[in-house]
Amino acid sequence: MNIQIKRYFYGDIPEENTGGGNAGKKEQPGSVTWPLWEVFIRSKQGLDHKHVGSLHATDAKMAIENARDVYTRRMEGISIWVVESQYIHASNPDDAEAFYEPANDKVYRHPTFYDLPDEVKHM
Amino acid sequence: MSVQELEKIFQDKIDREVRIEPKDWMPDAYRKTLIRQISQHAHSEIVGMLPEGNWITRAPSLKRKAILLAKVQDEAGHGLYLYAATETLGITREQTIDDLHSGKAKYSSIFNYPTITWADIGAIGWLVDGAAILNQVMLCRTSYGPYARANIRICKEESFHQRQGFEILLVLSQGTPEQKAMLQDAVDRWWWPSLMMFGPRDSESTHSDQSTQWKIKRKSNDELRQQFVDMIAEQAKILQVTLPDPELKWNAEKKQYDWGEIDWNEFWNVVKGNGPCNKQRLDARKKAHDNGAWVREAAKAYADKRKEREEKEIKVA
Amino acid sequence: MNQQTIFDYTIHLADNALVIAQRNSEWCGHGPVLEQDIALTNISLDLLGQARSLYQYAASIRNKMNGNDQATEDTLAYLRDAREFRNCLLMELPNGDWGQTILRQFFFSVYQYNLYQYLQRSSDNTLSAIAEKSLKEVTYHQRWSSEWVIRLGDGTEESHRRMQNAVHELWMFTGELTTPAGYELEAARENIGVDPASLKAAWSQTIAEVFQEATLDVPATGWMQTGGKEGRHTEHLGYILAEMQFLQRTYPDSKW
Repeated sequence: MNIQIKRYFYGDIPEENTGGGNAGKKEQPGSVTWPLWEVFIRSKQGLDHKHVGSLHATDAKMAIENARDVYTRRMEGISIWVVESQYIHASNPDDAEAFYEPANDKVYRHPTFYDLPDEVKHM
Repeated sequence: MSVQELEKIFQDKIDREVRIEPKDWMPDAYRKTLIRQISQHAHSEIVGMLPEGNWITRAPSLKRKAILLAKVQDEAGHGLYLYAATETLGITREQTIDDLHSGKAKYSSIFNYPTITWADIGAIGWLVDGAAILNQVMLCRTSYGPYARANIRICKEESFHQRQGFEILLVLSQGTPEQKAMLQDAVDRWWWPSLMMFGPRDSESTHSDQSTQWKIKRKSNDELRQQFVDMIAEQAKILQVTLPDPELKWNAEKKQYDWGEIDWNEFWNVVKGNGPCNKQRLDARKKAHDNGAWVREAAKAYADKRKEREEKEIKVA
Repeated sequence: MNQQTIFDYTIHLADNALVIAQRNSEWCGHGPVLEQDIALTNISLDLLGQARSLYQYAASIRNKMNGNDQATEDTLAYLRDAREFRNCLLMELPNGDWGQTILRQFFFSVYQYNLYQYLQRSSDNTLSAIAEKSLKEVTYHQRWSSEWVIRLGDGTEESHRRMQNAVHELWMFTGELTTPAGYELEAARENIGVDPASLKAAWSQTIAEVFQEATLDVPATGWMQTGGKEGRHTEHLGYILAEMQFLQRTYPDSKW
């Protein structure tokens, strides 16, 4: 007989005692959902905006203010971009090989490819 | 590609420590497990605001009031990051919250205990946040990318939470006899529930487990609980408090603490809804949500109206 | 300059900020949506921070006057009774629904925005520094609260009705903001403070503009309640203090 000992995981209450949502479940009638937005923050002048997370807001103005309130409570940023999540077009992970692997053998794009004499400084 | 092949590729990624991202193929059960665990984590943050929020208006100094307010606000932020992580799995925040309100989804049982004195706010920071941080540090390396990133952000922000709790208690430990008694009383009441936070014992049941294989969680309940006891037992000495377990003692051979038995009867009862505050907490959440419905509707209606007006203006122009 | 006047004036500013922060903080964990729960708490934290700076300054003045160091931000916040509080009545009113809380914040933020612009030029260096720092925060509070007044006023039928009700609830408490107390007039004469009556036109204009966009009616100016600035409060303040001060009162002389 093949008995395995179950290892429960931190705070995890076994399945039969707990809920957990169903993906794709129908919306409750009458509930209003605000659109989802993606937030990008420039942490200091000279750096790129970086994706930091998401939030809900009814329009762009509210999204920027919510981003300020939610994602810059510890002075994390000086500039905020928001974009409604539905307008983000993502590459398909199945295309990953065609998209990114060609770059994999272009090692000459990376500075470590070049073997220079030690005497050459600051390059 | 067949499901078996997809599953093989998926498991191979996990084994190579490659994070799974939202658009990647994943087994249905993996998605469901994640939704359950992440939403449980999110609900715990949000419901967890209540016992501590209970003391914001009564904090004993302006400094403590500001710290507590910032801390409880952080928890709202953490809930928000985690709900966003569940949304990447195809379930909206509204649906997740509905599951909480219907009683279908659970949250950490610790928040079903009442905060009776100010020392409880210190004890929550020290013990409850201490336990939560062990979990969240581990979860920074969970296999699902958005969940891992949410935890990294949470851990960065949480670093002050346990410290502020410990500091509250440290001040009490150096205070008047009444304050010392308040401290000991809080530790007496929060010690066992915080051990229960780590969930049932690993040996409870006999099924194979997939969560390990999927690297959603990397340490078991008992492993983390041991880590917690070893950490807290040492810190308790500094506070000069007694942890309410006569069997707690250092085992030199195993180089860890031995301790007594958790009251599992109490544990399961609180999980099933019989804790002192289960109803109160859920009622408070439902009330906030219901009373906020008109605000959410109005903001949406206003945004729609404005968009319509702008579109008309463009047409006229 | 009479130190007592600077003290009274500073305490008045501090009490306004503390009492409204205390009221707003009741929302933490109970807001209508997470993002806004966080936003209102940010405002509470800003106002609490302003209150602390002002109390610390007031405590230093009192200690100088008494030749000791007994006063602290906490003795001022936690060990004075209702009659000694100098906040406007508006701050201590119960929160009502979310709309009423937002509207009160809006009334106060517009007032603070105008006040701090003048107070930045106070001949008192500490007050001008606090005003300068706080103005940045208040600029955002005014923006945030006015946008919400517009959203809710011009949202749904229900939200419009609720906002108009809130206007009627709060309106008779708005006059006190710009009705000067004795210590305000004296502080203004010495260029330490601002005569709030001089802020009334700017305040009313902003209210009118925002209300127009929010499709809300500005009530005809009627009888206005006053007294808070002189320590004659509503019944609500006593309960706020009972809750806020209970630990300090139950365990006197303890450190927390």
